[in-house]
Amino acid sequence: MSNVAGAPGADAATPAEPVAERGRSEILHFAGRNPKLLIGAGVVLTLLLTGLIGPLFVDHGPNEYIGPKNQPPSGEYWLGTTSFGQDIWAQFVYGLRSTFMIGALGGGIAFLLGTTIGFLAGYKGGIVDEILNLITNVVLVLPTLVVLIVAVSYLQVEGLLVQGLFIGLTSWPWAARAVRSQALTLANRDYVDLARLSGRRTWRIITSEIAPNMSSYLMMSFILLFGGAILIAAGLDFIGLGPAGGVSLGLMLESSMQWSALQLGLWWWFIPPGAGITAIVGSMYILNVGLDEVFNPKLREL
Amino acid sequence: MWRYIGRKLGIYTITFVIAVTINWMIPRFMPGDPVRSMLNRASVSDPEALERMSDYYEGVFGVDAPLHEQYLNFWAGLLRGDLGISAWLYPEPVADIILRAVPFTLGLLLPAIILSWIVGNYVGAFAARSKVLDNTVLPVGYILTATPYMWLALLLAWALGVVGGFFPAAGGYSFALTPSFTWPFISNLLTHWFLPFLSMFIVALGGWAIGMRNMIIYELEADYSNYLQALGAPRRLIRRYAFRNAMLPQITGLAVQLGTIISGALLTEIVFNYPGLGMLILNALNNRDYFILQGAFLFVVIGVLIANFIIDIIYVLVDPRTRVQMTGGAS
Repeated sequence: MSNVAGAPGADAATPAEPVAERGRSEILHFAGRNPKLLIGAGVVLTLLLTGLIGPLFVDHGPNEYIGPKNQPPSGEYWLGTTSFGQDIWAQFVYGLRSTFMIGALGGGIAFLLGTTIGFLAGYKGGIVDEILNLITNVVLVLPTLVVLIVAVSYLQVEGLLVQGLFIGLTSWPWAARAVRSQALTLANRDYVDLARLSGRRTWRIITSEIAPNMSSYLMMSFILLFGGAILIAAGLDFIGLGPAGGVSLGLMLESSMQWSALQLGLWWWFIPPGAGITAIVGSMYILNVGLDEVFNPKLREL
Repeated sequence: MWRYIGRKLGIYTITFVIAVTINWMIPRFMPGDPVRSMLNRASVSDPEALERMSDYYEGVFGVDAPLHEQYLNFWAGLLRGDLGISAWLYPEPVADIILRAVPFTLGLLLPAIILSWIVGNYVGAFAARSKVLDNTVLPVGYILTATPYMWLALLLAWALGVVGGFFPAAGGYSFALTPSFTWPFISNLLTHWFLPFLSMFIVALGGWAIGMRNMIIYELEADYSNYLQALGAPRRLIRRYAFRNAMLPQITGLAVQLGTIISGALLTEIVFNYPGLGMLILNALNNRDYFILQGAFLFVVIGVLIANFIIDIIYVLVDPRTRVQMTGGAS
């Protein structure tokens, strides 16, 4: 069936490019010399590795009271200690881990929901589209964080999984909208009609004919959802609705605020977690621009 | 045009109904007994108050009434402006407490949104297609959008408030002053307002600049720009045309970003201990005052809906095409 997907090679000018037929090597060629992509990916990978490997070299729990109190960064405590004598470096590396986790979980769930709804609405059209569009618009208007505050305060989040689920359930709408409008333009292509005539199931057509032709687009929406989930989770943690007893960059900000690190001048307590979040999400956004330039030849000449 | 506005109003009405329904459902369908757990958490020591609150909550939740009746009663109370009575500030109605906080939040939000939108649009428009500027605006813009609101607020409060001492880092006004329309009070209010405003303004700025830059690049590739360029029109003129076209998606973007900016305002207020809705929500959470939480939720939703509607109307006014399409009968 791959020759069906490869048929409309003349459509090179359309926004959703068939990626598969252009050589992988060409994409790699452009990817290798795109500074935005390289820098963004470099920072994200470095932080991911720090989050994965870092905790292995910390021989005490992130919330344990191990050292002297209120120590500025030093050789022994790389990022200093809190006013309880907790090691901020340990909290930071564990926090990075859970920050990536919540991004993958929340962003992943939102991505699945958003793309499913977007594809169905864009491909099916008609009444299905109307209903799904209405749902999307309603959820889009509701302010995510405030809905989450009300829901989470009653239901008591225990653990990252539940938090990720909540975030995923509320942050999908714009992705659904974006995917829908892309799917709409692809749904009436000849090769999709051909697939439909051959009696394939809707789901097969979506996954094998439509989705591969907008894979770069899907990848970029996943990255944006990933970053968005991290920011929302940080906001929830900061209000005090984070997973109880856990460690995350948002919870670090919360406790630094709660124990007035600001007034005591303990800058090493609140600067690293925020810098970590900004670095992860910011470099993901920049990576995204890089990807866009790699996949979209129109932007390459810049 | 009226069909467009009517359709939008329909969506907003449905959203409002759903928001109210969520608000009604969450406490009723969560596991456990809400009345009991609420009373346990609201640390009231006075037994008489406890009894009255217990009666009150039982009445509000209407444990014995059938579900659909509870739902209708909830709406009836809502339409009378009755959002319940606070457990934290016990005898005070929730609506009053919220109305006291709303001006502070609006005072932060409106200037921050409008100014960042305007400035961001200009910055983005200048940055597009000019190498040096673009290479700085783009990364800075993305890093700003990735900044958690509360973190920049903390940085500013620390650098300009605690260390620099230029502005007060906490509160809405000095407690030494009583609110009045005198110059000392207003200037005091403004100095307290400045840092939270600045922090929100800076974070929001990045997103608008990037959006505008991307739109301008897109518009500069359009046929009309190429045609003008071929005619030898000055760069400024082409840019002005591109700017006006690029503005439209930015107006829609305003509606989409509203939720994010509002949550940013809530978080920023918490950092600065600013007496708006964000601080109120935090206090309500710490005191387990669910009526305030739910009331604040409804207020925010209503605010977002009104703002969305205003943006829709502005869009119709700004873009003549929507008007022509709507009155021309082509759906």
